[in-house]
Amino acid sequence: MTSRVVHSTRASRIGMSVAAVLILVLLTVPWWGDRATMRLLVEIFYILALAQLWNLLAGYGGLVSVGQQAFVGLGGYLLFILVIFLDIGTIWTVPMAGVLGAVISLPIAFIVFRLRGHYFAIGTWVVAEVFLLGFAQVKALGGGSGMSLPIAAIKSIAASRADRDATIYWLALALAVAVIAGIYLLLRSRYGLALTAIRDSEEASRSLGVDNFRAKLLVYILAAFGTSAIGALIYITKIRITPSAAFDINWTVTIIFIVVIGGIGSIEGPIVGTLIFFLLREPLAPYGTWYLILLGVTAVVVMLKAPKGLWGLFAERFDIALFPVQRRLLLGAVDKPG
Amino acid sequence: MTAILSVEGLSKSFGSLLVVDSFDMALDDGEALGIIGPNGAGKSTLFNLITGSLPPDDGRILFAGEDITHLPAHLRCRAGIGRSYQIPHPFRGMTVFENLLVGGAFGAGQSEAASYDHCVEVLEQTGLASKANALAGSLTLLERKRLEMARALATRPRVLLLDEIAGGLTEHEIRELVATIGDIRGHGVSIVWVEHIVHALMSVVDRLVVIDFGRKLDEGDPQAVIDNPAVREVYLGIAVE
Repeated sequence: MTSRVVHSTRASRIGMSVAAVLILVLLTVPWWGDRATMRLLVEIFYILALAQLWNLLAGYGGLVSVGQQAFVGLGGYLLFILVIFLDIGTIWTVPMAGVLGAVISLPIAFIVFRLRGHYFAIGTWVVAEVFLLGFAQVKALGGGSGMSLPIAAIKSIAASRADRDATIYWLALALAVAVIAGIYLLLRSRYGLALTAIRDSEEASRSLGVDNFRAKLLVYILAAFGTSAIGALIYITKIRITPSAAFDINWTVTIIFIVVIGGIGSIEGPIVGTLIFFLLREPLAPYGTWYLILLGVTAVVVMLKAPKGLWGLFAERFDIALFPVQRRLLLGAVDKPG
Repeated sequence: MTAILSVEGLSKSFGSLLVVDSFDMALDDGEALGIIGPNGAGKSTLFNLITGSLPPDDGRILFAGEDITHLPAHLRCRAGIGRSYQIPHPFRGMTVFENLLVGGAFGAGQSEAASYDHCVEVLEQTGLASKANALAGSLTLLERKRLEMARALATRPRVLLLDEIAGGLTEHEIRELVATIGDIRGHGVSIVWVEHIVHALMSVVDRLVVIDFGRKLDEGDPQAVIDNPAVREVYLGIAVE
């Protein structure tokens, strides 16, 4: 049999080239961009990465967590613990927070995985609240009022402010690219088949030999790994941490908004959602309440008019995939036997 | 012949309703067995017990000599039990080919690339080759029924459980489907087929079992079973040509 299976499409090859050029351009920003631009881009990178991870969790694994702030906050606190008590170089805390977050997520998974559907969502939120209350009790970490990164730890990133900003910027860019590339490769692998199958029907995937529990556990741990690493990065940029900010449910609310308006269950969706979120926020944030009302209205309208999100609407109309995870069978040679 | 699949004293109740009542059944290797019975007789529940979608209250399930009563559903599939659902459960956002690959890469225990050729063969066998790259959510009812069967075949089953696969199809479509099922049998797959459309069943199966209120009412040669007055009574209204 000479059948052939391909992933790429013309749109995806163009998309990949555009993405490569975009990444190269973004890499050069520290040499010509001002400080405010870089700060904004860093925020876009980490919100995008968080959104991609939540999309992997909810859009593919069917694990609608509203408690991912547990890992954002955990990553943040791990940064402070590792830097202050274990004297680890500030940048190195990012991968270490990821690994520790993944380890800590295992026992949590065995608790929340006993819950289904809405109960799972509420369970994950409860876990995040427990983290908040727990960390607020720890005197060594400043209790409820939190703590700041020591000057020495900040200086350990780089001696000058410009170098520090550039290092943090590149780190954030690298994390966002790594998260997207990692999810893309995962979805194109054998596990991607299982996850997409689970997304569409858990009952059928089980009856076709997929170990749903294992696939979901893998996704949960990967999301915890990524989210904790990003949490450490976020608090390197913020310098100061408090339990109520680190474990704020608004982390997850923002991410869900982004994934839902962009399009759940695709890699392009969270990218589109992140761009729309920041395009709305930048000019409108000064209006305070009106900005929040507009965000809410946007979410409701998109959910009613385009349940697959704006990218879903666009992709359906033009049959385009920039990150194709679909396997296309080339049929030309199919009829020839053996 | 030796039994490839057998259930012994299998029982299941939902609340106070006994749906499967100490049921015994054996399927020989290479045999095609038909199961009929009125709505609510416990046919689909029996399938769900055999495939592991539901845990039994009592009894044993044996497959290829192994006790699989407590094996999780995905491992039963990997052991060689394939099934189709009465109401198709397609992976809507995946292509037809990818639907089969899930079965090939997990149920058949191969790598994804190693299952490509077999999945293409199954696509041709089940008449879905021209739909290989179509999204499963866009298929017609007949195509969805075929996909149910094709996906199960992609797992390389030794026993295939078909749950009312002819339901809702036209006469012409049923004839095509019967031909395909005959072909699958020819490849050495044992079949258990639950169906309301008795004439479709009669043209394929070697043996017929009648279930009523979770118990076996009769079993044996299909024509003899159909002619049994007790069967005619519970199954009033069936037309036998």
